Amino acid sequence: MIVAVSTPFTVPIGFMDALQVTVLILIAAGATAVVLTRRHVHQVLALSVYGVLLAVLFLVFQAPDVALSALTVGAVALPIILLLTLAKTGKREE
Amino acid sequence: MTPGQRRAMFLIGGAGLVAFVVWGLLGLPGFGHYPGPYGFIINRFALRQTHATGTVSAVNFDYRGFDTVGEEFILFAAAAGVATVLRTLRGERERSPADQAADRDAPPTSGAVRMAALMFTGPLVVMGWWLTSHAQTNPSGGFQGGVVLATAFIMVYLAGEFLVFERFSPVDVTDAVEAVGAGGFAAVGVAALGFGLAYLTNFLPKGQVYGSVSSSGTIALISFFVGMEVAAAFILIVVELLDQTLLIRGGG
Amino acid sequence: MTYFPFIVVAWILAVGLYGIVTSRHLVHQIICLIVVQSSTYVLLLGVGYVTGAVAPYYWDITVHTPAVDPVVQALALTDVVVEAAVTALLCSVAIQAHKRFGTLDPQELATMRG
Repeated sequence: MIVAVSTPFTVPIGFMDALQVTVLILIAAGATAVVLTRRHVHQVLALSVYGVLLAVLFLVFQAPDVALSALTVGAVALPIILLLTLAKTGKREE
Repeated sequence: MTPGQRRAMFLIGGAGLVAFVVWGLLGLPGFGHYPGPYGFIINRFALRQTHATGTVSAVNFDYRGFDTVGEEFILFAAAAGVATVLRTLRGERERSPADQAADRDAPPTSGAVRMAALMFTGPLVVMGWWLTSHAQTNPSGGFQGGVVLATAFIMVYLAGEFLVFERFSPVDVTDAVEAVGAGGFAAVGVAALGFGLAYLTNFLPKGQVYGSVSSSGTIALISFFVGMEVAAAFILIVVELLDQTLLIRGGG
Repeated sequence: MTYFPFIVVAWILAVGLYGIVTSRHLVHQIICLIVVQSSTYVLLLGVGYVTGAVAPYYWDITVHTPAVDPVVQALALTDVVVEAAVTALLCSVAIQAHKRFGTLDPQELATMRG
């Protein structure tokens, strides 16, 4: 089924493999960092960076549509919601 | 149970779970060896059948449209749920927005932030509109475009005050837009029934030029409604949370 | 490389679950749930990937060009938006819990009754 057809968008498979492995390692490290960060605001910022990393991963997985979605939701919408929650609940605890 | 015990129990159970998951994942065809056939079939026929060059949008708004209706109503229900859960409780009172209050504990918004936010607002509206209306051609669609449009309104909050933000997106209007977005999607599906076709059948003329805005029939229309719904839902959620943070003091 | 992405999926899932179990704060728990959910995106897109293929957009390529599976991409796309809805709902519940009990520590919340 898979036929190697060359288009302007085809990159050498070896290069693509290296790119994907690199981003996957970054994703694994990013997820670990997000979970292990215990300061709340720092954690939201880490989550935002993790969202951008996911978008990069989806790009190298040939899914620009999902990348755009992960970028808008993961890096913008989720941090806003979480930061507002922290602003509401943080006052009495700190 | 102490945290130490809890962690120990999780490490035992989690190790078992992960071993099980890995065992299952190793049974998949390897990465890059997608066996098909559905993806290959859709890639082969989507352009001819729907005249949409963006196959993902064709799947989302046409082939899998019924699923997307349910998915859109999840967002609708979530916005309603947030509004219900965060309604003003007994013993709470609204105060003037903290931006205006004299006892404001945060420093005033700096001129640089205001300028940057204002500069971003216009391009974000254009970008959100473009993404929402080009689902059939490009990697875009109502979901991404809606979030970008909502972000543009949130930029207004960053640039100015809460009151200006509420004037730009009054809750009644946002509610109405959300309802039109959610209802419009369902109505497009019902309209297909009127032509004697199955629910959400792509019944509009599909245009002659592949990938132009007027191509692909109902896909562009549905994407537009989804964009409205997503943008309004996000604005509503953020307004509810801002109300909580800025307006409500005290509590039971 | 054949199974490396799936190992990463299992790792993200495990790390997120560990965070949920050991968390001392509801917002931290919500963020860990987001991490758990992100493993599903990687899994879905990993399943549909085809080596050497391009993204499924036929604007300037012919239909015979090998492209990756668009069905799993559509699934992941809606998954991402549902995640945002779930997060918003959980955050509002956390706010109400904080109003009632003045704490967001799951350990302390467990010993209270409404």
